[in-house]
Amino acid sequence: MTNQPLLDRQSIVVLALLAAVAILVPALNILAAPGSVLHVSDHLVPLFGKYICFALLALSVDLIWGFCGILSLGHGAFFALGGYAMGMYLMRQIGPRGVYSDPVLPDFMVFLNWKELPWFWHGFDWLPLAALMVLLVPGALAFIFGWFAFRSRVTGVYLSIITQAMTFALMLAFFRNDMGFGGNNGLTDFKDILGFPLQAASTRIGLFVLSVAALAGGYLLCRWVVSSKFGKVLVAVRDAESRTRFLGYRVEHYKLAVFTLSAMLAGVAGALYVPQVGIINPSEFAPANSIEVVIWVAVGGRGTLAGAILGALVVNAGKTWFTGVLPEFWLFALGGLFVFVTLLMPRGILGAAKDIWERSGRRLRPARVPEATAQAAE
Amino acid sequence: MTAPVTPALLYLDNVSVSFDGFRALNALSLAIDHAEMRAIIGPNGAGKTTMMDVITGKTRPNEGIALFEGSHDLTALDEAAIAELGIGRKFQTPTVFEMHSVEDNLLLALKEKRSPFATLLSRRTAQERERVDALLERVRLTSSRHRKAGELSHGQKQWLEIGMLLAQQPKLLLIDEPAAGMTDQETADTADLLRDIARTQSVVVVEHDMTFVRDLGVKVTCLHEGSVLAEGSLDAVSANERVVEVYLGR
Repeated sequence: MTNQPLLDRQSIVVLALLAAVAILVPALNILAAPGSVLHVSDHLVPLFGKYICFALLALSVDLIWGFCGILSLGHGAFFALGGYAMGMYLMRQIGPRGVYSDPVLPDFMVFLNWKELPWFWHGFDWLPLAALMVLLVPGALAFIFGWFAFRSRVTGVYLSIITQAMTFALMLAFFRNDMGFGGNNGLTDFKDILGFPLQAASTRIGLFVLSVAALAGGYLLCRWVVSSKFGKVLVAVRDAESRTRFLGYRVEHYKLAVFTLSAMLAGVAGALYVPQVGIINPSEFAPANSIEVVIWVAVGGRGTLAGAILGALVVNAGKTWFTGVLPEFWLFALGGLFVFVTLLMPRGILGAAKDIWERSGRRLRPARVPEATAQAAE
Repeated sequence: MTAPVTPALLYLDNVSVSFDGFRALNALSLAIDHAEMRAIIGPNGAGKTTMMDVITGKTRPNEGIALFEGSHDLTALDEAAIAELGIGRKFQTPTVFEMHSVEDNLLLALKEKRSPFATLLSRRTAQERERVDALLERVRLTSSRHRKAGELSHGQKQWLEIGMLLAQQPKLLLIDEPAAGMTDQETADTADLLRDIARTQSVVVVEHDMTFVRDLGVKVTCLHEGSVLAEGSLDAVSANERVVEVYLGR
């Protein structure tokens, strides 16, 4: 139990399933005949891609909430910042093909009568720089925010509230036209990425596979973190913060490190999300979005990593279905789901499934149960 | 670092702490020698826990001096720095990492590099394993090493927490009510364990249980309203009229 392997049984299942998804979805899109039950239509590929990005965002929240007890209700901000960094690259790729045909300025700047590109837009026509900013901007914001919050020992509900305030403040700022990010329309009308047209089915498949790969990579990174001694310290902070402090650990450094890493993961999720949905606007900063992410994690099973992925996929698939059938009741359903899970399945879907599996396992193979329990507990 | 001004391991002089006008510590002075065990007694609200908070950096005194090894100013350091200097603290209610195995609890407490980067890259060595084995033996938890700490009995948790303190290899152990909630046998065993520890390390024990304090057989300091009321052997202290007055409320 002490030396946790990087790849436990659960991780192998997760990675195998992700690999299967990365192969099956494109295969069924290309090979299965349109009209057959198995066919994945062209509009479903980016939809699934969107779910995968949400799963990566949920993973980043589980890393801090599930393992370190930091309940961030503002993680949508890091997701949106990563998305904006990618959106800026995509805007610059439009070039003279915009409505106003300005070779350099994006349409909204021409519309606002701006004469030159603001300094912070320079270099974003180069993907490596944009990709770096996808990591650095959310990371830097999380570092600065965390530096002050954790050093002042703001914890619990107070921390959650200021993370909400942070994302709300950013939303208001991004709504303003003179921020230089397209105001309330945001960034949209993207044409292509690295020369590949975004509307093409092949580009969408490429982005989908890339998103699954990013999710798998993010999962492995999180596994590596939580199975190290660093991860044990995180759990120690979650369960007995002052004990950890009196043992000589600088709790604020641990929180800062994991919070920054988590924000960067959220940024990557946002960057992959934007080309697949074709737009990024300030509504992504809406406080309700960040709360929804926490619900995904709670539904899937907090502190398990795999549960975060599962929760994000299940809730979002449910949302797509529900908003098609009964759109005005979706928020009630989401709220009801959260209450249901909190009261009846405190360990989420994954926790409940494990309980059932263990109970049946105990009946079938009583001798092996201790080992199975130990592994499941990890 | 300045030159030592006192040979004592822990030296508190004229330490006062007030919270919203309430003086939790009132010009408290105390000195603990190397490898000395001291029992601190006193009625509720006498300032015992506040004193520990000051020593471990949780509370900053309004005035007074707190020195460790004659040169380290405890009032200027945070909890983590003080723990690294070699002061370990056991809480009144046993506080262990309930979701971690017993073994992991000790592993986390071992005196090793504490920075996030170091722990991220650390690999468990054979030497660490030996140290954990020895500690498990000492606090009699070898057979429970793989159990979750949350599953242990109250007494076992107390011992695990003492084991975690020992894993830090501190020079001074502050132990808050180690016998609370223990059976008579466990209490006697705990006294033995603490006496054993005190052969090499200094120990400060806060305790209400007079039988336990008598078992320890060490110098006793009685606190009252934030300052020292009496100091000496248990018999001398309990014969002190002021002490009797405070305890019986006359």
